[in-house]
Amino acid sequence: MTTSITGRSTIDDDPHDADRASTGRLGDRIFGGLATGSGLLVVAIVTLVGVFLLVQAVPSLMNNDANFLLSREWSPSGANPRFGIADLAWGTLVTSVIAMVIAVPLGVAVALFITQYAPRWLSRPAAATVDLLAAVPSIVYGFWGLNIAGQYFEPVAGLLQGALGWVPFLSDQNVSAKSTLAFAGVILAIMILPIVTAISREVFAQVPTTHKEGALALGATKWEMIRVAVLPYGKPGIISAAMLGLGRALGETLAVLILLSTLSPTKEWSFSIFNGGSTFASKIAGGASEFDTPQKTGAYIAAGLVLFVVTFLVNAAARIVIERRKAFSE
Amino acid sequence: MAKRIDVKDLDIYYGDFKAVEGVTMTVEPRSVTAFIGPSGCGKSTVLRTLNRMHEVIPGGRVDGSVMLDDQDLYASSMDPVAVRRTVGMVFQRPNPFPTMSIRDNVAAGLKLNGLKNKKKLDEVVETSLKGANLWNEVKDRLDKPGAGLSGGQQQRLCIARAIAVNPQVLLMDEPCSALDPISTLAIEDLINELKSDYTIVIVTHNMQQAARVSDQTAFFNLKATGEPGRLVEVGDTQRIFSNPTEKATEDYISGRFG
Amino acid sequence: MSTAQLDTTTPTTPPGTGSSPTRGLGERSGGRAAKDLLAKVVMWLAFAIAVVPLVWILGSTLVKGGHMLLEAQWWTNSQAGITSRREGGGAVHAIQGTLIQAVVTAVMSVPVGVLTAVYLVEYGRGRLARVVSFMVDILTGIPSIVAALFVYALWVTTFGFQRVAFAVTLALTLLMIPTVVRSTEEMLKLVPNELREASYALGVPKWKTIMKVVVPTAFSGIVTGILLGLARVMGETAPLIILGPYTKVIATDLFGGLMATLPTMINQDRTEALQPALDRVWGASLTLILLVFLLNLLGRFVGRFSKVKS
Repeated sequence: MTTSITGRSTIDDDPHDADRASTGRLGDRIFGGLATGSGLLVVAIVTLVGVFLLVQAVPSLMNNDANFLLSREWSPSGANPRFGIADLAWGTLVTSVIAMVIAVPLGVAVALFITQYAPRWLSRPAAATVDLLAAVPSIVYGFWGLNIAGQYFEPVAGLLQGALGWVPFLSDQNVSAKSTLAFAGVILAIMILPIVTAISREVFAQVPTTHKEGALALGATKWEMIRVAVLPYGKPGIISAAMLGLGRALGETLAVLILLSTLSPTKEWSFSIFNGGSTFASKIAGGASEFDTPQKTGAYIAAGLVLFVVTFLVNAAARIVIERRKAFSE
Repeated sequence: MAKRIDVKDLDIYYGDFKAVEGVTMTVEPRSVTAFIGPSGCGKSTVLRTLNRMHEVIPGGRVDGSVMLDDQDLYASSMDPVAVRRTVGMVFQRPNPFPTMSIRDNVAAGLKLNGLKNKKKLDEVVETSLKGANLWNEVKDRLDKPGAGLSGGQQQRLCIARAIAVNPQVLLMDEPCSALDPISTLAIEDLINELKSDYTIVIVTHNMQQAARVSDQTAFFNLKATGEPGRLVEVGDTQRIFSNPTEKATEDYISGRFG
Repeated sequence: MSTAQLDTTTPTTPPGTGSSPTRGLGERSGGRAAKDLLAKVVMWLAFAIAVVPLVWILGSTLVKGGHMLLEAQWWTNSQAGITSRREGGGAVHAIQGTLIQAVVTAVMSVPVGVLTAVYLVEYGRGRLARVVSFMVDILTGIPSIVAALFVYALWVTTFGFQRVAFAVTLALTLLMIPTVVRSTEEMLKLVPNELREASYALGVPKWKTIMKVVVPTAFSGIVTGILLGLARVMGETAPLIILGPYTKVIATDLFGGLMATLPTMINQDRTEALQPALDRVWGASLTLILLVFLLNLLGRFVGRFSKVKS
């Protein structure tokens, strides 16, 4: 908001009006220019990211002898490079979906605990504790998952495969349980939990007291009050929290790279979540040492471009949901 | 259906802070009682103890007893949820659930109780909206959001929502303070009609309103800043406004403070 | 818990009602009370479940890596000349590298981030502001590996430079800018408009008002945002793997040669089956976690002095 010389507040969109607060002195022009320039720089950076990835991916894609979207192969070097992202897309999808299935309900429940159920003295420390989960570096999650937590996943996986192995999604693929897509998804769930919790917590805390009291005064129990007043109000927030969590899960690199056992190119295709595999991010990071020819690098950059576009779409969708909420709640 | 309220030696606390002290009074069934007094004197706080909403605020607790006919609302076996179902409440700012339609807002309390029969629900929605003098204005748009109504209509929607669960007592916490004069008049008319079925307690800042709608008036005041609020005197509205016993009441009513 | 029921079973009639479908409303069925209790149990349980991995990770790291940090050489030596079979050596090269890169990242991203926030709050109007704000959101969501690939495409493929520490800080800067923008923006918005108007009323030009009144009022909040953002990028590994290969020796040159960091130190030894190497991985993990936590704590501590409250 700016104020004109006459002291009148202006909040309209007219830039000429807004500028009247500055007296047109040099300092104002320089400072305003710097601020605007920084904003433009941010726009330029994001545009450049897209452009650079595109420009360097295209030549490799032109040389590609395989179908980029549908092929499972990955041999980007040589005279006849063949590479596709089918495996990567599948691995990314499965790990992210598992992470979401676990983290979204859990995160919402934790946010409800912090905002509605926790005694007052516990509420802030509880929130800070969950936030700390975000402070553990990705690589530590991966190493810890592989060396410590993974062994406890074996019996869980064994149980599921034993009881429900006939379901294609759950069949045994002779991959160590801690190196499966399923376990990578579990670790991703822990990693995105703080994001989902933090955003849900924020919207739940904003539910107007008067709505909550309105429900209670009708004789609602606490849970009914949450169902009637808190959850409907927070729904757009939960959706965007889930999407931002998804955005993070899609691009999470090191933990997945460390955990997943990569598949040999000859292994038969399987829909099982107990299979190994790669995600976009883990494939790129795993290939970092072989960025030697523009052709090869371009193949990885092409995969990165797809990841960029997908996360862009997911995040943009999340933002649109948030904006909608702002528009409808005063 | 309307019941008598007997408040005895009621002390109200926020944590360690004693907000209101020693309230003793009786509210007759099928009457309107107005709580008046300067800001911060605890009149809304007292109102919120009558349906145990006070304890929703962290640290909120009370000493003393509130009887609804012969039942102690603060008995250890009494469930606050059941109390709130029996003693309905309308708030200062209209608070229809923003995500619900007009119909769902009115039916909210019944649905919570597991009433699923659509025909019966529609019946109650209609009678409650009629009871709140809102039916004619909204009958063609029951599925539109409640937040789309005007402030006065929203407040009557909240009254409909409160009476839909068929309470014994209706508490109103400054129900007109956010409304324009015409909507205020509509609510006051409604209160006059509702009192033939309900025991009504209303907190108001507006002394003319208290004089217009209530049978009995209770004047609350602070002894001094920082001291707990207390009930100065309670009695027939006409007597309180024409011939108050206490000097403080007279000063307040004649506009000398507050 | 036994529940006394209020006597509402007498058929009653709201004004204008013919029937009374509301019979027994004062009753709270056992089912509803049970659901309420169940919900409460579930919420407590959810929190307990969320705490388990945190405690577990911290516990494992502490138990397995704690002893490394108690040795003086951890804080004084590098890994120069030490193979993965051999015990000994320290992490000072990696700690130093991580800190240097963090400082450089902060120096680059703070001015851009704070100025962008100033633009959005104090200057931005209309379409451009919306575009900038949207781009900041997109930048927030960019995976670190994509940021790394972009810098690789720019720095190595296009300009033909080597993979050096400075390239890493460029990628980290991309990741840090949006956090700084968003937290600063939030703080600036909390500064009451009356303060700005009071300053204008004294004839102070807008840029001085921002520099001398608005930013100082929000200062500690801005610092908190910066520290938390820094904590986030410090643990990033993906850009380091692509742009900043590991080395065992102490290095300070941002533009030439290799520079070690804690994440790459972990990455170097994590695949070894040898105990000395694994010890170093846990030690480096613990050191990194401690650094990140310390920044977090510091950030929250500074935030307590904030003059504007949300």
